[in-house]
Amino acid sequence: MTGSATDQTVTKTAAELSDAEVKKAAHKLLSQVGGSIATYAEACVRCGQCAEACHFYHASGDPKHTPAYKLFPIAKAHKRSVSPLGWLGLAPDVSRNDLAHWEELIFDSCTMCGRCTIVCPMAIDISSIVAATRQAFAKVGLGPPDLRAAAENSRDRGSPLGLTEEALEDRIEWLADDNEIDIPLDKDHAEVLLTVSSIEMMKYPQSIVGMAKLMNATGVDWTFSSEGYESTNFGYLSGRGDIAKTMIERIVHAAEKVGAKTVVIPECGHAFGVMRWSAANIVGRPLPFQVLHITEFLAEMKRQGKLKFKSFDGSITYHDPCQVSRRGGATEEARYLLDGFATDFREMTPTGNRNWCCGGGGGVQAMERAAGLRHKVFQIKMDQVEKTGAETLISSCANCRLTMDESAEHFHWDHKRDSLIELLADHLIEQE
Amino acid sequence: MDLLSFARGPALQFAIGVFCFGVTWRLAILLFTPQARDLTPARKGALPSPIAGGREVFRRMWPEIHPTGSNMFTTINGYVFHLGLAVIVFGFAPHIQLIKSIFGTAWPSLPNFVIHIAGGVTIASLIAALVKRLTSPVLRLISTLDDYISWAVTIAPLITGYMLVGRLIQPYNTALAVHILSFVVLLIWLPFGKLMHAFIVFISRARTGAYLNHRGAQL
Repeated sequence: MTGSATDQTVTKTAAELSDAEVKKAAHKLLSQVGGSIATYAEACVRCGQCAEACHFYHASGDPKHTPAYKLFPIAKAHKRSVSPLGWLGLAPDVSRNDLAHWEELIFDSCTMCGRCTIVCPMAIDISSIVAATRQAFAKVGLGPPDLRAAAENSRDRGSPLGLTEEALEDRIEWLADDNEIDIPLDKDHAEVLLTVSSIEMMKYPQSIVGMAKLMNATGVDWTFSSEGYESTNFGYLSGRGDIAKTMIERIVHAAEKVGAKTVVIPECGHAFGVMRWSAANIVGRPLPFQVLHITEFLAEMKRQGKLKFKSFDGSITYHDPCQVSRRGGATEEARYLLDGFATDFREMTPTGNRNWCCGGGGGVQAMERAAGLRHKVFQIKMDQVEKTGAETLISSCANCRLTMDESAEHFHWDHKRDSLIELLADHLIEQE
Repeated sequence: MDLLSFARGPALQFAIGVFCFGVTWRLAILLFTPQARDLTPARKGALPSPIAGGREVFRRMWPEIHPTGSNMFTTINGYVFHLGLAVIVFGFAPHIQLIKSIFGTAWPSLPNFVIHIAGGVTIASLIAALVKRLTSPVLRLISTLDDYISWAVTIAPLITGYMLVGRLIQPYNTALAVHILSFVVLLIWLPFGKLMHAFIVFISRARTGAYLNHRGAQL
């Protein structure tokens, strides 16, 4: 993802675009086509296998939610550029109607969870295609207004939920006092820079307390930084490359300033995905520190014997955040943390890398207009959880948690839900 | 020049030329389109990309059936017509002779009755695939003209081959010419439509395999 200062800052509908803007979107689509995207754009055999793997299609039964259908805009732009008909000006270009039709499909009904890639016989990574297509749409101001606002809030106020530097300082002070716990902020030097998801800070503050408690127990030298704290990246999710880069650079700057060797991403799947697997590419240089999801970091601490937990005797099932497990490669870390801790751990079916998405990833959680579809999708999760018979559903992603909480409220589903980190912190054996 | 001489001679040569040029051109586009270097460190224990990519090419040959079995038909039917086509193209004695005349290499053929059964099953399988494409709302939506042309040029040599072997077209030379011409059309179309997946599948799977392996994702 690359950003530029010329990204369209006013949200528009396709009908409001000028002809020049339509061409600009088509051009941007084409500029996204690297070797892999070109391959994917040409590879689809339109077998439709991906439909049943997609939670949106599974929930709605609407063919337009078929993941392969989301390839069409970029495939059209690519075909025009490489086919002889295109050279003669006879291949159709991406039109205003295309932009209008696909906007909802590219933003509202794809969480970039990557489940469709598992079943695709051609191994097309549709998540990459959707991320690239979002950038082209965002270039001319298309996309859900609330998603774009979240991105712009992040750039202008530090976080999508208004967690400004001042608010961060206030809340940390409040949480530290209230819970009688040390939460370091802006230390001059630290081995580890811990970041936050503002969802946690604003809606699940006990998660911050839990993280601090666990970090303190490990004995590592860590800090938060008011210069780079928000790790959720709505710039990336909204297709705003310029904002994505700004958000990453803040954390990189903060980490470099304190000399951190490790940046820990809290319970947020997409934050981890962007910072671990895209950030270096977006800023254009290798990062001088390692990036770990909180479950990876704590699992390592547990392996080193720095964390011990009292057993939890209730029945638990675990929701894998897609960007941590399926697309992040850290599927086993949460299970390692649960091993020996959760005495009655029950896996969902399917689980791990094949788990169903919560329905709120990819920024969909922030789109008000997508709420109805999102709730439908959550029925898959409720069904999965109920089949395990487990009393408590936990996850290690605040965005998944928020999605699940909102949908649970919608359905008056009173199943217990919790965060893995909070549960671990509550059962920490504090050593002298 | 009679029809058979035309089919065996200039038509086939032209088709092979178009096929070679088209396949090379499309592969060149995919292989030479620049791909930004990934600056993120690979997960510890990740395989080298060429090995991970190669592994993915073969790993995906094992079908992934949804727990509901909803993709059972598409998956099994896909295997049936792909294997059927391979048996007919590479197992039928006259086809092996043709390959030998072009490439100078040959191998033992399969008995004719095996080829006949494979031909029948493959035609039935392709017809079933078309019916599925026409009746499934998902497939109807995502299908393009390419899908129908590709289907037609794939089944045509099978049907003309059956007519040739069954002596349904007389004289024999005309039937043979029609069969060869249907293959000529297939060769010419292949690089320009989705049948090109016969080559792209290796690149696509390898790229995704390398990409996800870099992250340590185990699919």
